Amino acid sequence: MNTESMTEIWVYLSAQPLLWLTLTLAVYMLAILLHRKAGGHPAVNPVLISVAVLVSLLLATGTPYQRYFDGAQFVHFLLGPTTVALAVPLHGQLKRLMEMSGPLLIALVVGSLVAGLSAYGIGALLGASTPTMVSLAPKSVTTPIAMGVAERLGGLASLTAVFVILTGIFGAIFADGILRRMGVKDDPSIGFALGLACHGIGTARAFQISEQTGAFAALAMGLNGLFTALTLPWLLPMVAGLFKP
Amino acid sequence: MIAAFALLLAFQLAGETLRVALHLPVPGPVLGMALLMVYLIARRGPDEHLRTTAGGLLQNLSLLFVPAGTGVMLHASRLADEAWPIAIALVASTILGLAATGLTLHYLTRKRANGGTR
Repeated sequence: MNTESMTEIWVYLSAQPLLWLTLTLAVYMLAILLHRKAGGHPAVNPVLISVAVLVSLLLATGTPYQRYFDGAQFVHFLLGPTTVALAVPLHGQLKRLMEMSGPLLIALVVGSLVAGLSAYGIGALLGASTPTMVSLAPKSVTTPIAMGVAERLGGLASLTAVFVILTGIFGAIFADGILRRMGVKDDPSIGFALGLACHGIGTARAFQISEQTGAFAALAMGLNGLFTALTLPWLLPMVAGLFKP
Repeated sequence: MIAAFALLLAFQLAGETLRVALHLPVPGPVLGMALLMVYLIARRGPDEHLRTTAGGLLQNLSLLFVPAGTGVMLHASRLADEAWPIAIALVASTILGLAATGLTLHYLTRKRANGGTR
């Protein structure tokens, strides 16, 4: 096969959703294989590896993100029904969750305020621009809520989505190590912290630890999404006043 | 499997409808999760099909973040311009959030497990 017909085939395929959908799955399977080979070590994070490989492929081939997403959207769509499906493991832990409802609610309020306001405050102290600071504040909650909250406060929705993903990847890699070093070693506490601070990607990591860890993470993700959506839009302007001269 | 998947989509649709009708700040799928939870409590748990389908989807939860994650490439220039404030704020606040949540819950539940030492 000569280069000319190779180019023709590439031009045709790269414009089809099929190519990037297939590559998304293939790259992810490779990342999962690496993750298993590494004995499930959290540093070999499947999301991080997949994103790094796909971004490299897109840049190397000069493919715009929008064309990539035309194919990858079929995978992206499954986030909706899968979020709904989190009710199944939650239901499995229902008894435990009810017994712990008081401590869970206190941990929710404390954790949510610390995660959101510290992101804004540290950004402000380090001289980040206002859109960046506002986009950082909701970084711990699930993408659609984070984007909505950032937009209402004058941040950039798509930048927030990036911060959400980066937060999730950081947490998936380091969270259980950090928590264990602090003496937090029980599954419910690790799970709840992962879901609260690192939303869905943290929840995915929590399910790798155990079903119980995953269920607590799913609950924390849902609760923190709700709590942040209700409180951050009026709390953040109050905090912003503290950082103005 | 189709029946279970249809059920999940129906609950997502119900959540989405509820969100738009009542102008709620929470996304449709999160409301759908809450509604499915109520349904499961009423039904006393999922049937075998729903359990299998939900398990299959959740096993590959990481995959579903890859398309959105790849969007990082769109913000390369802002990320490079403000790399240090962003990296420090993101990492430090995530550690603080994890610690605040994990330590609070761990402390509150440990005390209870020991019979409330006060």
